[in-house]
Amino acid sequence: MKCRKCGEKASVNMRQHKLALCREHYLEWVPEQTERFIKKYGMFRRDEKILVAVSGGKDSLALWDILHRLGYQVDGLYLGLGIDGGIGYSHESQRLAEKFANEHNLKLHIIDIEQEYGQPIPVLSEISHRGHGKPCAVCGLAKRHEMNRIARDLGYAVLATGHNLDDEAAVLFGNTLSWSSEYLLRQGPVLPGSDGLARKVKPLCRFYEREMTAYCLLRGIEYIYEECPFAEGSQSIYYKELLNQLETTRPGAKLTFYLRFLEARKRGDLFIEQNLEQAHLHPCPNCGQPTSAPDLCSFCRMIEKAKSVTVS
Amino acid sequence: MVKLILRDREYEVKPGMNLLSALQKCNIVPESVIATRAGEMILDDEILKDGDVVKLVAVISGGALI
Repeated sequence: MKCRKCGEKASVNMRQHKLALCREHYLEWVPEQTERFIKKYGMFRRDEKILVAVSGGKDSLALWDILHRLGYQVDGLYLGLGIDGGIGYSHESQRLAEKFANEHNLKLHIIDIEQEYGQPIPVLSEISHRGHGKPCAVCGLAKRHEMNRIARDLGYAVLATGHNLDDEAAVLFGNTLSWSSEYLLRQGPVLPGSDGLARKVKPLCRFYEREMTAYCLLRGIEYIYEECPFAEGSQSIYYKELLNQLETTRPGAKLTFYLRFLEARKRGDLFIEQNLEQAHLHPCPNCGQPTSAPDLCSFCRMIEKAKSVTVS
Repeated sequence: MVKLILRDREYEVKPGMNLLSALQKCNIVPESVIATRAGEMILDDEILKDGDVVKLVAVISGGALI
């Protein structure tokens, strides 16, 4: 297979675009496309400070690399979750995030959940009895809370995450199976900011997961290859596998699924627009972040519970 | 023979077939992996030769999607 731009041997073939590219042209194409998506969805401007949530995985490191190459003002945020799983998962992912930051002379903020709140994620999960025996729900809650807190406290205009199209399609697939209208209406490349909530953006939302893997391999970015020990058997992975089977026989199925959803949502074809209204958010009395819960936000309630169990 | 390695699993196929056929023969979903041979990425139409060792990089990651 030949590169469409130069005729040399291609390294990456994107069947959904009918486009094959060599290493050199692929590494040019990815940032060009990212810039196009940033502008198309109005994610951020060049004068805005961006905080990238960095996990040490391929997507977040690729995003940081791409935004840096494009010349944006972009710092990283690493959250130490305290997950070991017999492979030193958090330790290794932090090492790789720090390595990337040092090699590119970029600023990385590191927040350790155990230092901040007294317990690592797996223990918080056990204490709070959330998530049916797996810490993924507590992990997601803590990440959302802490990312927003740091972005707000340190004055970043926008929080960028490395969600790729497979992530988005898997979430969309899950929410469609259950017709979760509230979640469906919120999903998109940009979640606008409001009082106390940083704007959230997903600049990689139109790249396939394998394209980000290819980017890291071709750029020589070292990322954590091992899966989070708690992700094994997760619903999101199962949905991704199903969608990849579909993609194999119908190239472009994942992209079409996601893009047609965005178009339908924009046109208001999905549900009645009034469902979009956020359900009476008010500031949490403890941390000040917006919440729809009647008193403390979910995160602060979890921490309060963890403290009470630890003390008693 | 041609050896394909994915994480801690190894597969063997006969030489002469292309990568796509080899993946299908091993029941590996082609969309879920990237193939490398001698450190270079190879594509579905690449003909595999006797003695080739193809390392497959799994592309799926998951867990808590925030």
